[in-house]
Amino acid sequence: MQTETSKNWSQFNKDIANDHYYYLRSCIRQNFFPGSEVAFLDILRNKLGKTIYDDASHTTCAGIGYHCDIVPFETIQALAARHFSLMTEKGLKHAVVSCVTSFGIYSEILDTWNHFPESLEKTRNALRKSTGREFELPENVVHCSDIVYKFRKEIKDQAKHTLTNTKTGKPLKIVDHIGCHYAKIFPERGVGGAEFPKVLTGMITAWGGETVDYPERRHCCGFGFRHYFVKNNRSYSLSNSKKKFESMEPFQPDAIVTNCPGCNLFLDRWQYTLEQIERKTYGQQGQGIPVLTYEELAGLVLGYDPWKLGLQFHQVEVEPFLDKMGIAYKKGDKYKNLDGKIIGERPMVNELNIV
Amino acid sequence: MQHIETLIKEKLNSDIRFVEGLNACMNCGICTAICPAAEFYDYDPRTMLTIVQSGNLQKIRELLESDTIWYCGQCMSCKTRCPRHNCPGLVISVLRKISQETGAFTQSRMGRQQYLLRKGLGNALLNIGYSLHPSFIKPADHPEQGPVWQWIFENASEIYKTVGANLDEEGPGVLRKIDKEAMTEFRAIFEETGCLELFRLIDQYSSIKALELGITNEANQPDMDQYLHFIENEQETSY
Ligand code: SF4
Ligand code: SF4
Repeated sequence: MQTETSKNWSQFNKDIANDHYYYLRSCIRQNFFPGSEVAFLDILRNKLGKTIYDDASHTTCAGIGYHCDIVPFETIQALAARHFSLMTEKGLKHAVVSCVTSFGIYSEILDTWNHFPESLEKTRNALRKSTGREFELPENVVHCSDIVYKFRKEIKDQAKHTLTNTKTGKPLKIVDHIGCHYAKIFPERGVGGAEFPKVLTGMITAWGGETVDYPERRHCCGFGFRHYFVKNNRSYSLSNSKKKFESMEPFQPDAIVTNCPGCNLFLDRWQYTLEQIERKTYGQQGQGIPVLTYEELAGLVLGYDPWKLGLQFHQVEVEPFLDKMGIAYKKGDKYKNLDGKIIGERPMVNELNIV
Repeated sequence: MQHIETLIKEKLNSDIRFVEGLNACMNCGICTAICPAAEFYDYDPRTMLTIVQSGNLQKIRELLESDTIWYCGQCMSCKTRCPRHNCPGLVISVLRKISQETGAFTQSRMGRQQYLLRKGLGNALLNIGYSLHPSFIKPADHPEQGPVWQWIFENASEIYKTVGANLDEEGPGVLRKIDKEAMTEFRAIFEETGCLELFRLIDQYSSIKALELGITNEANQPDMDQYLHFIENEQETSY
């Protein structure tokens, strides 16, 4: 089913800087989808000719700690201020944030400083006192998916593959899942707002795919911060993802693409968990539904090697999707190190293809 | 008792997130309709906002001592839809902070879990400047991560290299080791902005609770390892 909401999207055209970025990494992505962080920089620098500064000195934004309530608002404000200070030092003004939780955090902080100038002053003092640093406010703060969205046509122009099923000639059906903190808190800061975000569907359609509308499209993946980190509460996270899988199942999507590191992790891992607990899968032919990041999708379109992109980090096998796209890959390379040797004891593929 | 309630009132009114998060709730329940936590837990953001808005300090105090405030998943779906531009999720953040500052969190099972988060996530932040690291995600504690993660966990140094990561090494890149200078600044910020004080409070109130529950060592002091184990496994009916 095609989404018919484009007329509403034009209400939210956010300003996305064109070049000279400063990169802020994501904790979850670095751990679970490291290839996407590498691919983002590579696409920007080598395919789009942009400059982006990758700073060794930045740290976590502590957003997960904030939403788990052990890190005060004052602390994350000062940590954000420190990052802005590092940026100021480099003469840069355009922050690009890799994590949706961080993006929500920066948005909340900038909004607070705007409404309550005294909190900006307090933060300046705290940063000065603890580190001796000063900072300028950024001119533009966007999420990495905003950048890939902005340059989706340039990516298409260099495409080696499209999001087409090469066997049937039909567009691949792709579910978009937007992280809640991308636009639900500040709709005006997300491309397309909170109700009709087009940051991912814009990429999908530009690269030849078809988007899928389904009832629980905007429902949370269920991360819940403390609900995932505390083992006893994890069923909350699982239950929310299950609700989404059940809702998308009748549409038989070929893949899910997300713009949030946490969502990508949970939508991948909970499919495995549900298969283990209930022997239930939600994809085609008894398989799982591959869950990709937008850089993985862009990378495949641009002809990157799937294992250089880090698709071996996924629990749900991505090979059925690669086969549909007509991407040639060496299955055996999936588990090889840089010297071409198989690493460790490779995980066994079970009959449901959820490795 | 009176003192704690006055303290709660002061803390509520001085938090700008409370001012931002609550503007005249009209009790319509739209937040509850969209709330994922309301679907899976005995939780209702509408009622929670009604209590907070009533200013009834006795009831607010009961809220701070209950499981209720800990059910919210912080998705902020409520923020988008509230016709009055309230944000129950943000009000929850304020209530949780006060619950920890006053010790009320140790009165509920879900609240007590804050000690687990402070120890796990809190120490991770202070030690490495990241919220997590591959070595922390032990397959035995994370069966949902599956066999692929097990393979990554066991062969991390080789596998991260294959995608160009810089695991635990100097310089920029994915999962690089954050250098001493950056860590010094990071920790100084945690001290200056009250995060370490919050950690101390969580530790202190949790020790008091351990003592109260008789979770002690031979010297009759709180046994915090055992307490961690207790809250990790505490079920709804067990206390
Ligand atoms: S949606 Fe807003 S106004 Fe309605 S009950 Fe919830 S907080 Fe109150
Ligand atoms: S932020 Fe909390 S209260 Fe609001 S919708 Fe999400 S779970 Fe419900």
